[in-house]
Amino acid sequence: MPGEAAVLDAAPVRGRSPAAETLGRLLHHRLFVSGLVLFGVILAAAVLAPVIAPADPTRIAMRQKFLPPGAGHLFGTDNLGRSLWSRVIWGAQLSVLMGLAVVGLNAVFGTAVGALAGYYRRLDNVLMRINDALMAFPAILLAIGITAVLGPSTGDVILALAIVYIPRTARIVRSSVIVVREMEYVQAARACGAGDWRILRRHILPNSMAPLIVQLSFLFAYAVLTEATLSFLGLGAVPPTPTWGNIMAEGRQYMVEAPWIIAIPGVALMVTVLGLNMLGDGLRDVLDPRLRVQQ
Amino acid sequence: MGRFFLQRLLTAVPILLMVSLITFGLIHMVPGDPSAALGGLSATPAELAQLRHDLGLDRSLWVQLWLYYAGLLHGDLGRSILLGQGVAQATVQRLPVTLSLSLYALVITLLLGLATGIVGALRQNTLADQAVMMFAMFGISVPSFWLALLMIILFAVKLGWLPTGGYVPFTESPLGWLRTATMPAISLALLQVGLLARITRSTMLETLRQDFIRTARAKGLPGRMVVGKHALANALIPITTVVGIVITLLVSGSVVTETVFSIPGIGQLLTSAILNRDYPLVQGGLLIMTALLVLVNIGIDLCYALLDPRVRYDAR
Amino acid sequence: MTLLEVRNVTTAFATGQGEIRAVEDVSFSLDAGEFLGIVGESGSGKSVTALTVMGLLPRPPARVAAGAVLFAGQDLVALPEARLRTVRGPGIAMVFQEPMTSLNPVFTIGEQVIETLRVHERLSPRAQRARAVEMLQKVGIPSPERRLSDYPHQLSGGQRQRVMLAIALACRPRLLIADEPTTALDVTIQAQILDLLMDLRDELGMAILMITHNMGVIAETADRVLVMYAGRVVESAPVDRLFERPAHPYTRGLLDCVPSLAADRPRLVAIPGLQPDPAHRPPGCPYAPRCPIAIAECSRAVPPLDPVAPGHAAACIRADRAA
Repeated sequence: MPGEAAVLDAAPVRGRSPAAETLGRLLHHRLFVSGLVLFGVILAAAVLAPVIAPADPTRIAMRQKFLPPGAGHLFGTDNLGRSLWSRVIWGAQLSVLMGLAVVGLNAVFGTAVGALAGYYRRLDNVLMRINDALMAFPAILLAIGITAVLGPSTGDVILALAIVYIPRTARIVRSSVIVVREMEYVQAARACGAGDWRILRRHILPNSMAPLIVQLSFLFAYAVLTEATLSFLGLGAVPPTPTWGNIMAEGRQYMVEAPWIIAIPGVALMVTVLGLNMLGDGLRDVLDPRLRVQQ
Repeated sequence: MGRFFLQRLLTAVPILLMVSLITFGLIHMVPGDPSAALGGLSATPAELAQLRHDLGLDRSLWVQLWLYYAGLLHGDLGRSILLGQGVAQATVQRLPVTLSLSLYALVITLLLGLATGIVGALRQNTLADQAVMMFAMFGISVPSFWLALLMIILFAVKLGWLPTGGYVPFTESPLGWLRTATMPAISLALLQVGLLARITRSTMLETLRQDFIRTARAKGLPGRMVVGKHALANALIPITTVVGIVITLLVSGSVVTETVFSIPGIGQLLTSAILNRDYPLVQGGLLIMTALLVLVNIGIDLCYALLDPRVRYDAR
Repeated sequence: MTLLEVRNVTTAFATGQGEIRAVEDVSFSLDAGEFLGIVGESGSGKSVTALTVMGLLPRPPARVAAGAVLFAGQDLVALPEARLRTVRGPGIAMVFQEPMTSLNPVFTIGEQVIETLRVHERLSPRAQRARAVEMLQKVGIPSPERRLSDYPHQLSGGQRQRVMLAIALACRPRLLIADEPTTALDVTIQAQILDLLMDLRDELGMAILMITHNMGVIAETADRVLVMYAGRVVESAPVDRLFERPAHPYTRGLLDCVPSLAADRPRLVAIPGLQPDPAHRPPGCPYAPRCPIAIAECSRAVPPLDPVAPGHAAACIRADRAA
C-alpha cells in the first residue's frame, strides 16, 4: 500500500484522475487503513490457507486432544485433537468466500432491483411493497427461517443471506437512482435521445455507486457475522467442515477446560467484522460525506 | 394525532399481509416433501400420509392458503409437532420472557448509548470522544454470542458471581430475575449500544451546529439547558428511528442469547423448532415476532409525532 | 454615557493552514440609546465582531487574540462563561439573519420567549406569561395570546423574525445586536421590521448595533456608521456626514453601488476585484489592490484610523485628498 501511495504522489504533474484522488484520500484515512490492515490479515489467511495450514483441519488425533496453544500447535487442539490453527484458517476461507458470495449476489440483484424500481415509477410500487415486507422481518430471524426450511448447508446459508439483505441494498440503490434520475445531465441525455438502458448504464448507475460501495462493505461484515451466528446455532455448514461458528458451538461444552477453542475463532471473527466496519466507515467518509458519522 | 395513528396503522396492513404470505410460502420452499424431511428415514408410508394430512399438505395450494388465513383470523397458527401444543399458545406463553429480557437490554442500550454518544459529541475530537468511538466500533463488531460465552466463563465459572444460565421470572423473584437476566441483557445490548452511540454522536454534532442552538446561547441559557433541552429535543427525532431498529435487533438477537443462556423464551423455542424441523412452529414464531415488530414500529412513528410538532401538524 | 467599548479587538480562527485573523485591531464605542450601524461586504468581519461581543464564537477554533470588550465597565472577554451568561439576555441580546432556522422547531413560541425570563428574572408564571404576551404585542404579532402555543413552522418568515425580536427584548436588554435582521425577508417586511426596531429603541431606550451590507438600510436607521473591510474598521462617521462626505475610497465605492433616483448620479457601479483572502492579506492597506487612487506608499503599512473631522475618522493615507 505505501508503494501505491508513492506512485500516486510521484505523478502530480499531469494531475490526478478522480479515482486516484479518492484512493489517495482513502489511504490517508486512519480508520480505513486500520480496517484494511485488519481485514487484510484475514484475507491473506483465507487465500494462503493451503500454504500456511497444510494440516487437514478435519484430521482427528485423540492422543493430542485439548493441547493448549503453544509451540507444537500454534492455536492448540480441540476435543478431537484437531489442529485449531488449521480449523480457524480454513474457517476464514469459508467466511470470506461466503461473504464474497453474499456481497456479489447483492451487488448484482440489489442493484438490478434498486435501479429498476428507481428508474421505472410503475415497477417501483410493486417492487418496494415486496421489499418493505421482506424488510419487516428481522434479518436474522428470516435468515434462520429460510435456512431452517432449506436445510443446513453452505449454499443455502448464502441464499438465505442474499434474500435477507438484497431488499436493503435495493432500497439504497433506489434512493440514489431517484436523485440522479432528476439531475440535469440525465435529462439532457434523455433529450438527446439516449435510450433507457443506455441512460441507466452510462449515467445513472455510475453516479449511484458511492452509497452502494459503502453498503456492500458493511454488508460483508453483517454476512460474516450472521453466517457465524447461524452455524453457531447449528444452521450453517455441517461439521466436520470447520466454520468459526461451529467450532465455537463444539467448543462450548469444553469452555472451562479449553477456553481457547472459543476464544480464538471469536477473535478471528471480531477482527474480520471490525476490519470491515472500519473500511465501511472510511469509505463512507471519503465517498459519501453526506452520511458521515465521524467528523 | 388520532388520525395520524390510524393512517399509520393502515399502512401496516399490506405489509402484514405480505409478511404472512411470505411466511406461508416458506414451508413450500422445503426441497422435496416436507413431511419426508420431518418424518425421517424410519417413517412408514402410513405415518407419512398422516403427517401430510396433519400439515394440510395433501390439499391444493389454494385450499391451504384459505385455511391458513382462516386460521390466522381466529388466532390459530397451527399445531406444533414438537410440543403437540398450539403454536400461538406456545409462543405467547414464552413472550413475557423474551420481552422482559429485551426490555432490560433496551434500558441498558438507551442509557449507555445516549450517554456515550452525547459525551462524544460534546467532547468532539478529544481523548474521551475517541474512546467512545472506539468502544462503539468494538460494540458493533463483537459477536454477541461470543461475548456471552466469555462472560459466562469469567463471571459464572471463574468468579461464580452469577449463574451460567437459566431464568427466574421477575414476578417470582425480582432479585433472581436480575441475577439470571443481567448477563444476557448486557451481551445482547452491546451491539445496540455501539449503534446508538454512533448515531447519537453524529446527530448531536449536527444539531449543535444549528442556528437555534446559537439563539439559545444568545439568550443566556446555561449550557446544560442548551444541550439537554434544545439540542437533545431535536436530536431525539432521528435517534428515535434508530431506536426502532435497535428494538428489532434486540428482539431478534434474543434468539441467540436465549440459546446460549438456556432461557426459555421465544428465541430458544424457535431454535429448537428449527433443529427439530417443526415447520408450523418456525412459521408461527416468525410471524408473531415480525407482526410484533411491525406494531413496535408504529409505536416508534407515534413517538416521532410526539417529538416533532411538524409531523404532528402535517398529519392533521 | 458609553455603554459598550470595543478596544483593539483581534479575533482569530485556528484552521488547517494556521491562524486566520477574521477581525483585526477593531475599536469602537457605543453610547446608551445610540443606533450604530456596521456595514461591509460578507467576509469583512462584521458578524465575527458581533459574535465576539456576545462571546458566542465556538472556542476553539475561535479565540480573542487581543483587546477588550467593555460593557458597562466590565471586560466581557475576561469574564468566565457563567458570568457572561448573565449578561446575555438582560445586558446584550441578539437577533440573527436567519429567522427560518433561528427558532427551535420543537418548542412553542411561548416557551421560547418565557424560557429567557425564567432563567434571568424571578417572576411568577403568570407574570412571565403576561410579559411574553406584552413583548409579542410590542413586536406586532396579532392576537399574541393565541400565538403562544404555536410552533415556529406555523409562522411566516417575517413573523418569526418578530418572535426572535420578542425573545431578545424579553429581558429588556440595554443593547440589542441585530445581525442582518432583514436580509432574508421580503422588501415590504424589511421596512416594517426596521421601523419596528427604531420604535422599540425609542420606547425601551436601548442601544442598537445593527450589522448589514445594505447602505440603504443604514441610511434610514443608524445614528453613526462603521465601515469594515477585510477585518478592519476603515471609516467611522455620523450617518449624514458619511453619506455626504465619505473619506475612504472604499466607502465611496460602496455608496456608488447604491442605486439612486437622483439624476446627477451615474449608473450603478460595482467595485472591481475581491476582498483579499484573509490568509494572505497584503502588507499595507488591505484595500490598496482594489483602490482607484492607491499609491506605492499604500502597500507599505496598514494606515491607522485617524480623524479627518470631529467625530469622523478614516484609515486612509490619502483621505484628505479623497474627501
